[in-house]
Amino acid sequence: MTTRTYLEYSRPLWRRLLLNREAAVIAVLVIVVLYALMNVQYFNSKLTLTFLVLDVAPILLIALPMTLVIVTGEIDLSVASVVGLSSVLVGILHQGGMSIPLAAVIALIAGLVCGAVNGYLVAFVGLPSLAVTIGTLALFRGLAVGLLGTKAVTDFPQGWTDLAKAQLGGTGLPLITLPFLVLAVLFALLLQFSAFGRGIYDIGLNTEAAVFSGVDVRRTKLILFMLTGLVSAFAGVFYTLRFGSARGDNATGLELQVIAAVLLGGVSIFGGRGKLAGVIAGVLLIGVISSALRLQGVTVNIINIIIGFLLVASVVSTSVLAWVSDVAARRTRQGTRPPQTPVGVGTQER
Amino acid sequence: MNFLTKRAGGIALAVTAGLILSACGSSTGSSASPSTGSGASAASGPLTITFIPKNLGNPYFDTSDAGGKKAIGELGGKYSEVGPQTATPDGQVQYINTASQQHTSAIVVSANDPKAIGSALNDARAAGTKVVTFDSDTDPQYRDVFINQATSEGIAKIQVDSITKQIGDAGEIAILSASANATNQNAWIDLMKKDLAANHPNVKLVDVVYGNDDDQTSFDKTAALLQSHPNLKGIISPTTVGVAAAARYLSTSDKKGKVALTGLGTPNQMRKYVKDGTVKEFALWNPADLGYLAAYAAAALAKGEITGKAGDKFKAGTLGEFTVGDKGTVLLGAPFTFNASNIDQFKF
Repeated sequence: MTTRTYLEYSRPLWRRLLLNREAAVIAVLVIVVLYALMNVQYFNSKLTLTFLVLDVAPILLIALPMTLVIVTGEIDLSVASVVGLSSVLVGILHQGGMSIPLAAVIALIAGLVCGAVNGYLVAFVGLPSLAVTIGTLALFRGLAVGLLGTKAVTDFPQGWTDLAKAQLGGTGLPLITLPFLVLAVLFALLLQFSAFGRGIYDIGLNTEAAVFSGVDVRRTKLILFMLTGLVSAFAGVFYTLRFGSARGDNATGLELQVIAAVLLGGVSIFGGRGKLAGVIAGVLLIGVISSALRLQGVTVNIINIIIGFLLVASVVSTSVLAWVSDVAARRTRQGTRPPQTPVGVGTQER
Repeated sequence: MNFLTKRAGGIALAVTAGLILSACGSSTGSSASPSTGSGASAASGPLTITFIPKNLGNPYFDTSDAGGKKAIGELGGKYSEVGPQTATPDGQVQYINTASQQHTSAIVVSANDPKAIGSALNDARAAGTKVVTFDSDTDPQYRDVFINQATSEGIAKIQVDSITKQIGDAGEIAILSASANATNQNAWIDLMKKDLAANHPNVKLVDVVYGNDDDQTSFDKTAALLQSHPNLKGIISPTTVGVAAAARYLSTSDKKGKVALTGLGTPNQMRKYVKDGTVKEFALWNPADLGYLAAYAAAALAKGEITGKAGDKFKAGTLGEFTVGDKGTVLLGAPFTFNASNIDQFKF
C-alpha cells in the first residue's frame, strides 16, 4: 500500500486494514444488508438484487473516475449532464438510422470531448473546477435539451434494451456488473498501484510538492477529467438502454448522488485521501437503504431526507472527530502523527 | 489518538445506520415473513393496489389518487401511493420495479412515457401484477386496461357547446392553443372546426393563436387577439395554462363579461375568475372519478373478474357499470363542466 494517508501513519497492518473509514463503511453495508434480509419483506429475492444493481449502476460507474478527481482536490459537477448528452446523442443517432454500437461509440467520444473541455479549463487555463464544471453542467445539459427539445426517443430495439437489464445466468446480477468490475479493477490499479496514482494522491495533498517531485499535474488532471467524461458517457448509454428512453433531462441531479456516495465512502473533499473500496461500499450502502425503504413503502421525500441525513452525519462526524482528536493530541503531546502532518479537516495547517 | 478518530468515525457511521435501520423497522410490523420469490400469482393474496402518479405533490394526482383510495377502501383492499419527485419515466421505473418485487395485486400508473416504462411493466406483469394506466396511457401491449378520461370528440364538443351557448350561437370566436405541434391540441382543434362547420353556421372561427403553454405568452396572445379582432365574442382555450392566462387578462380588461371564455382548466386556477364573473364555465374531467374508476378496474383485474378484453363488464361502485372497449380502453364519460355552483367542491 503506497497511499500516503498520514492518519494511518505507523500503525500495524491489521489495524490499518480493520480500523479505517473504508472498513467502517463496508461493515455498515454488511450490517444493513443483513438487517434488510431478515426484516424487510421481499428484500431477499434475486429480483431485488437485479433492480438494486441496475439502479445504482450509473452511480457506481461514475463514482470510479470521480473518486480519482476528488482525490486530486478537484471536482466534476458536470457528470450528470454528460450522461444526459450521451443519452440524447444515442437517441438522435439511432433515430437517424445508425446502429446502437456506432451511436454508442460516438456518444463515448462526445463524453471524452466534454471531459477534455473540463480538463483543459481546469488544468491548463487554471480555473477552479467547481466554477468550470458548474458552467459545463449547464452547458452540456443545455446542449442535450437543445438537441432533442422536450421530445424523447424511445423506439430502441428490444434486443438492446433487454441486454441492458439482462442477468448473468441465474445469479440475479445484471450484465452491467461485468463492465463495472473490469473498470473497478482498472481504476483501482491506476489509483492505488501505479506511479500515476501516487501522483494523484500527491496532487491532492500538496500540489506544489507534487510538481517539485516530478508529477505532471496538468497532464494528470486532464486525463482524469477525460476519463470522467468517458465513463459518464458510458453510463449514459447504459441509462438510455436500461430505461429505453433518450431524453434531455435524463439523470438530472445524478452528480449529487455520485459525489455524496464518494464522500460517504471516505474520500476527503479536500483531496489526498480515499480508496475505491470505500466508495463502492458507499454507493451500495445508499442503494440498499433506498431499496429497502422503498420496499417498506416509504415515500421518495422521506428516503431523500434519510439519505441526506446519513451523508451529512458521515461527513460531519469525520470533521468533528478529526478536530477533537487533534485537540486531544496537542494536549497530551503524545500524538503519533509526524509533526509536519497536514492535520485533519477542521483545523488549520500551521 | 488517530485511532480514536477512526473508531469514533466508525461508531458515528454505525449509529447513523442504526437510526436508519430503526426507520426501516418501524413500518415493518408483522411483515417479516420472507418472500418465496416464486412469482406466484398475486391474485391469491390480499388485495393491494399501488398508485404511481406522474409525480408526487401534484394537486391533480392528489385528487385522482384520493379517488382511488376511496374506492380501495370500499373494496377492503390496501392502498398505497408512491412515485418520483419529478415527472420522468426513469423515476417511475424504480417504483414499478418495487411493486413487482412486492407482488402487488395491481398498479395504477399515469405513464410519463408511453414506451420507456414498458419493459418495467412487462416485468411487473410477469410477476403477476395487473397493470392499469390512467390519465396517460402506455402502448397497449404494456398494460391490461387504460382508463381514458375523455375522448377527443367529447373534449372538442363540450367546449364548442359551451362557447356557442354563451354567445348566442352567432359571431366571431378564436382559439388560444398550447403549441402549434401539440398532437392532442391539434386533434381537438380539427374536431372543433368540423363541429362548428356542421352545427354552428353563424359562428366564425377567425383565428387560432399559440401561447406555448407559457403563462406570459398566453397572456400577451390574448391581449393581441382582442386588439386585432374587435368584434370577437368568445375564446376557447383547450389548455389549462392558456385558459388561466386568458382569464387573468380578461378579468382586468374592459372586455370582461363581454367576451366569453371557456376551455380546459383546473378549479384551483380558475376559481377566482369564475367567482368574479370573467368565466361562466369551463371543462375538464373529474380526476377523483378517474382514480376511483381506475381502482375498481384494477381490483376487477386482480380478482380475475375481467381480463381487459373488449366487452368485459365491471361495476365501479357509485359510478355504475363500465364496459371495456377497443384496445382495453375504459372511458370515464363525458367531460365535466365546472361552474360557480360546483367549483368549491374541487380542490385541484
